[in-house]
Amino acid sequence: MPFIPHTEEDISVMLASIGANTIEDLFDEIPPALKNGSLQVLPGLSEMEISRLMLERAETDGRYLNFIGAGAYEHHIPAAVWQITTRGEFYSSYTPYQAEASQGTLQLLYEYQTMMASLTGMDVSNASMYDGASALAEAALMAVRSHKSSRRILMPTTVHPIYRRVVRAIVKNQGIEVVEIPYCAECGHTLVESLAPYAGQDIAALVIPQPNFFGVLEPVDALTDWAHSNNALAIGVVNPMALALLTPPGEWGSTGADIAVGEGQPLGIPLSSGGPYFGFMACKQSLVRQIPGRIIGRTTDLDGRTGFVLTLQAREQHIRRSKATSNICTNQGLMVTAATIYMSLVGPEGLRRIAAQSHANTMALVEQMETLKGVKRIFSGPLFHEAAVTLPTPTDAVLKTLKNQGILAGLNLGEHYPELGNALLVCATETKIAADLEKYVEHLRRALA
Amino acid sequence: MLIFEHSRPGRRNYSQSPATAAEIRNIPQNLLRKTLPLLPEVSEMDAVRHYTRLSQLNFSIDTQFYPLGSCTMKYNPRVCNSLAMLPQFLARHPLASEDTGQGFLACMYELQEILKDVTGMAGVSLTPMAGAQGEFVGVAMIRAYHEARGDYARTEIIVPDAAHGTNPATAVMCGYKVVEIPTGKEGDVDMAALKAAVGPKTAGLMLTNPSTLGVFEKNIAEMSKIVHQAGGLLYYDGANLNAILGKVKPGDMGFDVIHINLHKTFSTPHGGGGPGSAPVGVAERLLPFMPVPVVALEQGTYRWLTEKEIPQSIGRLSAHMGNAGVLLRAYIYIRLLGAEGMHRVAEFATLNANYLMVELSKAGFEIAYPTRRASHEFIVTLKDLKEKTGVTAMNVAKRLLDKGYHAPTTYFPMLVPECLLIEPAETESKQTLDAFVASMKEILAEAHAQPEMLKGAPHTTPVRKLDDVKAAREPDLTWKQSS
Ligand SMILES: Cc1ncc(COP(=O)(O)O)c(C=O)c1O
Repeated sequence: MPFIPHTEEDISVMLASIGANTIEDLFDEIPPALKNGSLQVLPGLSEMEISRLMLERAETDGRYLNFIGAGAYEHHIPAAVWQITTRGEFYSSYTPYQAEASQGTLQLLYEYQTMMASLTGMDVSNASMYDGASALAEAALMAVRSHKSSRRILMPTTVHPIYRRVVRAIVKNQGIEVVEIPYCAECGHTLVESLAPYAGQDIAALVIPQPNFFGVLEPVDALTDWAHSNNALAIGVVNPMALALLTPPGEWGSTGADIAVGEGQPLGIPLSSGGPYFGFMACKQSLVRQIPGRIIGRTTDLDGRTGFVLTLQAREQHIRRSKATSNICTNQGLMVTAATIYMSLVGPEGLRRIAAQSHANTMALVEQMETLKGVKRIFSGPLFHEAAVTLPTPTDAVLKTLKNQGILAGLNLGEHYPELGNALLVCATETKIAADLEKYVEHLRRALA
Repeated sequence: MLIFEHSRPGRRNYSQSPATAAEIRNIPQNLLRKTLPLLPEVSEMDAVRHYTRLSQLNFSIDTQFYPLGSCTMKYNPRVCNSLAMLPQFLARHPLASEDTGQGFLACMYELQEILKDVTGMAGVSLTPMAGAQGEFVGVAMIRAYHEARGDYARTEIIVPDAAHGTNPATAVMCGYKVVEIPTGKEGDVDMAALKAAVGPKTAGLMLTNPSTLGVFEKNIAEMSKIVHQAGGLLYYDGANLNAILGKVKPGDMGFDVIHINLHKTFSTPHGGGGPGSAPVGVAERLLPFMPVPVVALEQGTYRWLTEKEIPQSIGRLSAHMGNAGVLLRAYIYIRLLGAEGMHRVAEFATLNANYLMVELSKAGFEIAYPTRRASHEFIVTLKDLKEKTGVTAMNVAKRLLDKGYHAPTTYFPMLVPECLLIEPAETESKQTLDAFVASMKEILAEAHAQPEMLKGAPHTTPVRKLDDVKAAREPDLTWKQSS
């Protein structure tokens, strides 16, 4: 039987020791009326057979030249990242409850926390959340817990539309109100003026995306200062790759944002149909006892040697149960392992160059696209590595035509923002070369002709 | 040594980033970062060596017996990883159109169907990313169900005291008050307490069966009746499904909603803390509230069902559809097992647990529920040992590390004093279990002969006992350049 090592001899010796006649006897406390052994599952496959099946299915899906971003970005991943990440010692260990037997994972997580705190400009980082969207929801809950009087979150509509839905799904049962803030139709970001109706009201937090869903950069300094002058926390939801170039949330405005969250996928995690990725969460020192999830601390052992442990666990469900900061237990540890190795391999200058090249490629692509009649950037605001573009014909048809040429041309933006009409969100990361951009534009030209 | 301490300013890996630094156009100065982040500047070989060495400091299933109760540390077949990492699967963008993912979606659809069958539920959604998120989804559906019927009086969720911490924490996240009920002498839920606890305020009961005490709740049919008659729904925490796979279906026990930890029963790796994946299964009456997206098969084509088709859905819990790559690994594992292999999982997990329980009992260890069969796990209590020698469950756990075993779960469930929750999993051989028993016997002898030595354990691990109190009192959570 697959993965079961017992010989007939083992089984009979074990049963004799237990004093049972058959394995079935071991289930004698289950009421007979409940037993149900019927399963429709097909007979088991050998490794060779399942390999053949999965290979066929992978080939059915094929490979495309991808220009979709919208929260999940294609970047080059060094070969070493996943070769080391999938070493059995990382891959098949549990949450590091037994610190002395888990120093590898614990030290790596401490290094990760250091890297993320620095990237976001914050004091502390936790060891991961599930993904960017759920991390934002947890940040909203954290803001409400620490604010005490308000249960209201201001959420610009430039935040990823699915993130907004996830936040609503997660916070709604706790009586938390999420108020959406419209964006500037001309510049594509949030204006401080649009927050005016809420000035002086009791607000727990303002969410600030950087870059926002349109790829546009928000006026983060003014927004952060607005939040603080209205006694609200500022929550940055940021792309970690962009932070190699952009002012980190901890330095926004005069005192910095309070919480930074986001999707860690750009840091060495493959697109893989949406997961597993990881959410990151970092905050100011003053909020550390409100942060959800695992945190690793450095300490010493009986002989005074440096070592690492799970710490500040009095926030967590296994200690505090119904009074915990969150129900999160299992997180996305292995993804963080990959991201830590990724950041070590590319280093600060490498990460900056990857981000800069992604920016340059997207700018170049959009410029070339704009040479086509009826194709135009929608917003005037500055961009990182993604752009919203209008098309002269319906987006879906264009996407389909290009897909048939092996190109995933972007996301149909009109699906989430109907007011934008025939609109496309495109992204060209460092993985694209000049010939890819030319190919894209040439096929777009034909599709529009 | 930390990776940062290997760092030298200006050291770079030229093959891992663009050869030239592209010009930044269009971004105003005030939005640009002034200083580079604190990331290591090391060579590729430095990084590879550093993280390879770190990995070697870990205990893992691939290197040690890892009988961590409630965690189902079974072998994670290598082929599940290599096939889930086929280049086409890795490269697929989550927002690429469905017709570019028919192979992937076929696996997801079949997985949904298989999980429905295995659990006896009417529908399955694959989106939750770990057990706790599965619980959240489940309890949120219970709430949506009551509210859709105009019943706003139900404000309480009942949770047995043996429940995992995620259960009460989840109930609170869903806006409920937690009512805790005690466990009886034999390890089953106290039925009188349950009867007293249910009423018009009861939204539901969260139950793990077999429970975290390692026994099957014999009164489950009656419990189901009591909760349902009071108008509540029944939630199944599927962390222990491994014990009953192919024997009993949660749907047949009367559960309305369940989650399944694929990172336990279906052998996807724990990865040093995650990622997990916890599909939820629902009974007929909760179908309208399932989280989206869900995969459908229509005229030979797979597609996502979203809020459009499931308008009463409790919504979305992740940006895409959860931990897709973990779901692929579970699918591959299931196809390797087949129906026959699945039956064997519970059988051999149970055989191993009962054998280990009996052998440890013969070796002089006190079993917490000696009159009961073990499910796939069981509890040893060291209360007496502690009274006699001062040696605690934690000391024994740490000493096991010296003997080359990962420790069992300690001090959970909290209601059993000085407990070790031991789960061997079906993939371990009798020889491994025998060797473990021999080591436990040695430790028992040491507890009487050299209690002080045991209290100082572990002695052979990369570090000795670590100072948790210092870690919490003087938190050092990030490395600073000067330190
Ligand atoms: C009984 C029980 N319930 C719930 C959970 C939570 O699952 P997860 O860690 O996947 O969130 C666990 C896992 O530790 C468990 O053992």
